[in-house]
Amino acid sequence: MELPINSSLLLAAIPATAFGACLLPLLLQRFGRAVTGLAATTVMASCLALLLPLTPAALAGQTELLHLAWLPTYGLDLNLRLDGLGLLFCLLILGIGLLVVLYAAWYLPSSDPLGRFYSILLLFMAAMLGVVLSENLLLLLVFWELTSLSSFLLVAYNSEKYESRIGARMALAVTGGGGLALLAGILLLGHIVGSYDLSAILAAGERVRTHRLYAPALMLILLGAFSKSAQFPFHFWLPNAMTAPTPVSAYLHSATMVKAGVFLLARLYPVLGSSDLWFWLVGGSGAITLVYGATIALFRHDIKGLLAYSTISHLGLITLLFGLDTPLSVIAGLFHIINHAIFKASLFMAAGVVDHECGTRDMRRVNGMFRYMPITATLAIIAAGSMAGVPLLNGFLSKEMFFAEAVSYPQFAAIGWALPLFATIAGMLAVAYSSRFVHDVFFNGEPIDLPRQPHEPPRWMRAPIELLVLLCLLVGILPAWTVGRLLEAAAGAALQGPLPDFHLALWHGFNQPLLMSLLALTSGVLIYALRRPLFAWQDQLPPMHPRTAFERFYRTLTKGARRMIALLDNGSLQRYCALLVGFVVLLGGWAFFSASGRSEARLPGVAADEAAVGALLVLLLGTLGATALYRNRLLALILVSVVGLAVTLTFIRLSAPDLALTQLAVEMGTIVLMLLVLYYLPARNTPASSARRLIRDLLLALLAGGGLALTTLQMLAAPSATISEFYLQQSLPGGGGANVVNVILVDFRGFDTLGEITVLAMVALASHALLDRLILHPPQRDADGRAWASEAHPLFLSMLMRPLLPLALTVSVYVFLRGHNAPGGGFVAGLITSVALVLQYLANGIAYAQPRMPRHAVRLLALGLCLTAGIGLASWPFGRPFLTSAHGHVHLPLIGDVELASAMVFDLGVYVVVVTVVVSVLAGLGQLSLRLDAPHEEA
Amino acid sequence: MEALLATAIGVLTACGVFLILRARTFPVLLGLTLLSYAVNLFLFASGRLRLDAPPLIGAAASPTDPLPQALVLTAIVIGFGMTAYLAMLALRALAESGGDHVDAAEEP
Repeated sequence: MELPINSSLLLAAIPATAFGACLLPLLLQRFGRAVTGLAATTVMASCLALLLPLTPAALAGQTELLHLAWLPTYGLDLNLRLDGLGLLFCLLILGIGLLVVLYAAWYLPSSDPLGRFYSILLLFMAAMLGVVLSENLLLLLVFWELTSLSSFLLVAYNSEKYESRIGARMALAVTGGGGLALLAGILLLGHIVGSYDLSAILAAGERVRTHRLYAPALMLILLGAFSKSAQFPFHFWLPNAMTAPTPVSAYLHSATMVKAGVFLLARLYPVLGSSDLWFWLVGGSGAITLVYGATIALFRHDIKGLLAYSTISHLGLITLLFGLDTPLSVIAGLFHIINHAIFKASLFMAAGVVDHECGTRDMRRVNGMFRYMPITATLAIIAAGSMAGVPLLNGFLSKEMFFAEAVSYPQFAAIGWALPLFATIAGMLAVAYSSRFVHDVFFNGEPIDLPRQPHEPPRWMRAPIELLVLLCLLVGILPAWTVGRLLEAAAGAALQGPLPDFHLALWHGFNQPLLMSLLALTSGVLIYALRRPLFAWQDQLPPMHPRTAFERFYRTLTKGARRMIALLDNGSLQRYCALLVGFVVLLGGWAFFSASGRSEARLPGVAADEAAVGALLVLLLGTLGATALYRNRLLALILVSVVGLAVTLTFIRLSAPDLALTQLAVEMGTIVLMLLVLYYLPARNTPASSARRLIRDLLLALLAGGGLALTTLQMLAAPSATISEFYLQQSLPGGGGANVVNVILVDFRGFDTLGEITVLAMVALASHALLDRLILHPPQRDADGRAWASEAHPLFLSMLMRPLLPLALTVSVYVFLRGHNAPGGGFVAGLITSVALVLQYLANGIAYAQPRMPRHAVRLLALGLCLTAGIGLASWPFGRPFLTSAHGHVHLPLIGDVELASAMVFDLGVYVVVVTVVVSVLAGLGQLSLRLDAPHEEA
Repeated sequence: MEALLATAIGVLTACGVFLILRARTFPVLLGLTLLSYAVNLFLFASGRLRLDAPPLIGAAASPTDPLPQALVLTAIVIGFGMTAYLAMLALRALAESGGDHVDAAEEP
């Protein structure tokens, strides 16, 4: 016995190896094709070697589980599972994968270095292994989508061909769309069960089936499975994906990817099966696909096209078997998965050989190949016999099981003959198209106008086919001995219950299924004999082009999307703003009117006095005036600054001294900034907006304003729930400051502040980029045609400002120092300093001020940021988290008892950044005029 | 007092939105300033309106909520940064396109 830890590790190692090593062929490509191929083979073989030690336990019916937390809060974990079903698929994926690797080396032209091909193929294989080994359904979906993506790359491998690209795109669109539906279905299933782990889901079958969300969950999951397994009406992508290189078709489109859908059916059968809905949806879709695919296959002239529709038909058969919903039919479905993978992979490979040797796959031209390649022909004939269900071959056995199920099916007692008849018809069609494949390609006279002279393929290109055909025979003659245990283990996992009594054997006696088989064989050959009138009948039918229909649909969709984008994203800022505001109004209105508990709320009564009413009047006058007179820019600017002052007064009145100080200082900076902008902007009169636009804008403005006013009232009426108690209590003992706002900024929420001053620093950097080599021509005259004043810097102002500077700096130092305990702090002090400096520019001109200013704005910014971040980091050596502060009292002569906190250094950083940003932006704007010629500067 | 503040916020928002939807850069700058006032006042009001209760320990028996004030304080400074950035953008657009239309295109 092995230790459990070992087997879990092995289980994790399988997908880990596959994913980890999938780039190996690409990396080793430069050492030649042989090394590249060897690398791909080694990766597959290693995965197989890792799987082998786990096989006995899985065959014995045990389930190996591995739990690795990834995103547990979302229910997404790296949980893996290996049971009989997973083992069956792993063996298919790795076994046929190995053969395909060998085959592809001979199939692909020798000019192809193979690295890219093998790497994508290995990625696909890894994703497939992930799908069949997932314990977590969300994880399964991740791998599921990875198979879609990697198969897109494989189908479009010959990307220079238009057909390849279209086929790949269609496959991706259909299977990817199905993946979305599957995601929704899995989410519903997880919602019902409360877990995404298969162990929990498989145990909750009864709960799921009685849940009211069962039907939508089932339909969504089936959409995913059907689109992947090419079930009608999502089948059309598979024939179009035949543009893939044949090894890809042999691997993806016969053995693995298309089987992912039926794998999902088998996986979730214990949960979703056993209901009428399941029977009708799965059985119905399978039945239609079975007959439809077989019929179309008969009429295809392209060998791969015939095989593709045959695959669709066989997938329909497997689906139908799961839909029949009896234990024996599920076993038959699993058995047919094995058999179909074996014979269809070999047939695709044989078709590839014919294509490779003849240069065409058109059965109207490729004839009489038996003479040119007798061995390949024999192999292909045996495999085709298996496809048709000829005795002694594996396809016969599962078809017999299907017939037996059809005969003994308990439902529709009244029309008990319907299902057997249907099954026989499907069998007849399979015989007919298999006969056509064999007879048209290998016999039927001489080849017509072939591009190449055909002969037997290289020895090693045929080897995979030989091995697969040998398996067809072995399984067909000795089923119990070869696949019996594997099938039992897989069935045990798929049924999650006791197995019914069944035995695999070639001879079950002379019974009704055998009779049906004989009937199908003979009438199938008969249908083929009647092919000429059938083809003539088919030729006069209206042609069906699912590809062009899909392309048209696709084009309409993209055109619609483009129109939508053109509507929303037309490059007009006005439209964006209008859409944004409109959307916010809608969202806010919806939230406002759908909110409950509005009636109980009552406004608290803070009495309004005359001063408040007066301030409001001033504010309204300024706001409305500025809006009404916005064409008169200077006046509008002055009115806006009046509004700013009113806001400042509001802050003072409503107990926010820090805000008032900040607002006042910012106001000065804003006005200077706006004046500078105004100086450069063209003063000409602008055309009036159209009436329609005015109405739209007014409507939006009124809705937005009214909405925010109502929301404010609503907010103020609601009971106040604050988290600030902590700050108020801890400000003095924890932060060492009495000014709670400042302590919050530099201490409690210092990290926020650090982020904010970083944003400010970015503005300064952006100003360098935006103003770099910017040349603007300041106007010589104002809007009324008057020349600008020639007296640039009035003496009075200039003389007044120079002594004011030290005074202002002293004030800012004072405001900075007291900030921790009284209104003030780094932001306010920084703004005061910058305003004082900017005033020097205004009063004395750039020529005077520039040399007296600190240079290297970028270095100053870095200094400020380093101060703030550095003092934050300084707490680490003391074993404290980032930005922990320390404080203590220091007695300074003259000034007295000063409380020093490490947060002060932080505040200093804020101060430096604010000053640098404001001064560099405003000075940068002011300097623009210096770049012009001397006459302009003089003016 | 609450009703007065709500009116002020509403009018500031309405005028700000109207100006932001204009086609020239300067009214947009003014509109943004007005809208900043409105939003700052709104955020500030979320701490409720209190007279003579500054959030200074010892200055009032029950100080007002300091947290919205801290948020608004940085918002004011950042708002200035944004206005400055937009102003520079407007000037750059003026230099590149020769006009002050917000889309750098003349309206028909």
